[in-house]
Amino acid sequence: MFDRDQPVTEEELHAYVDGELAPERQEAVEAWLSTHPDDTARVGAWRAQAESIRSRYGAAASEPVPARFDVARLARRTWPWKSIAAAAALAFLVGGSAGWFGRDMWSEQARSEHSPFQQFTAEAVDAYNLYVVEVRHPVEVPASDADHLVQWLSKRVGYQLRAPDLEKLGLKLVGGRLLPGPTGPAAFFMYEGPSGDRYTIYCARSNAPDTALRYNDIGKATAVYWADNDIAYVVSGKGDRTKVNDVATAAYDQIDSHRTPAKSGG
Amino acid sequence: MAAFRQNVQAAIPALRRYARALTRNADVADDLVQDTLVRALRSEHLFQGEEVRSWLYTILTNLNRNRLRSLARRPVHTAIGDDDAIDLAGPEAGMRDIERALATLVEDQRVALLLVVLEGLTYREVAEIQGVPIGTVMSRLARARAQIKAYLDGERPALRRVK
Repeated sequence: MFDRDQPVTEEELHAYVDGELAPERQEAVEAWLSTHPDDTARVGAWRAQAESIRSRYGAAASEPVPARFDVARLARRTWPWKSIAAAAALAFLVGGSAGWFGRDMWSEQARSEHSPFQQFTAEAVDAYNLYVVEVRHPVEVPASDADHLVQWLSKRVGYQLRAPDLEKLGLKLVGGRLLPGPTGPAAFFMYEGPSGDRYTIYCARSNAPDTALRYNDIGKATAVYWADNDIAYVVSGKGDRTKVNDVATAAYDQIDSHRTPAKSGG
Repeated sequence: MAAFRQNVQAAIPALRRYARALTRNADVADDLVQDTLVRALRSEHLFQGEEVRSWLYTILTNLNRNRLRSLARRPVHTAIGDDDAIDLAGPEAGMRDIERALATLVEDQRVALLLVVLEGLTYREVAEIQGVPIGTVMSRLARARAQIKAYLDGERPALRRVK
């Protein structure tokens, strides 16, 4: 009753639209709107905005959730160094700057020159830079001999390899070669897109702790590293980081879904 | 622990919706969601038993702010919504308008508006996610709505019905 006499504020109009208005003011606001066409129009416009936003984006929540978001699987690849993770998470929560893909979040330990992450990404990008510019001999064994390539490299690096199929991204396997790695022989696969853009996958056995995808920019190249089940992988590329990321994600997904137990070869 | 993961899994559709509206690019949005999940799972032991969903919205909101900062440092252009090109006719035209209107907002205002109208969170929850008083959330909402209205009124003087 008395509330009716109190003028309605703009805040109350928003709260009315959002269902946050105190119940005792509901009647007063409705009475106000019945005599204030300008405010009624504003409220109508706000509701229409909300309706547009919901009709534009609401459907995203009904799409099937892609396999990459499977929590049990993601949890398997989270960082095992709990205390470092805690420190990094805390830094993040208090607003520390986590750069693109959070690359600034890594602890000093992970960034140190001797971490598997640094070693593998540095080696992989060196190999990338060295071989992608090769026109006649980018690889030792061409993709036309893919079965032999994979068997030979598997034998040398000491576990059963697979060369991921990246056709969906428009990339064809060029071939591969054997390289020295930080902890032993490394396999190196090269892929090529229709415009001649090249991406490489470098992998080797390693006792590096399992990680999710991590990013490192070295010169103009972008390296995406992960380690899983005693094998370290690096996908390298140049130019569009999103594309490098897509290549890495596709490789990661395929390797994850076809993972075979590590075994030693000779 | 199992309940925590179940709650995280259950929140994914809503996180994708929020991220899609926040970035207006489906690929960027899904990367953001994945990063959010990885962060959340990694910090599972830090989780104090508050609302999981709010916590995930907080992580995603912060990650996106960091992403925008680094984009500002090194300009990379992302076309608005070219991931799902729809012809500009009929009801879709209205959808494109709201997309452009959202793009004109200051990030904090966009976050407040989307969390309230799209995600259905209360002012109090939004205040916690943004780490500001409720009054600030309300003024962000008010400014966001005024800005969108001005944009839509200016863009299409003969405002067609949105329904």
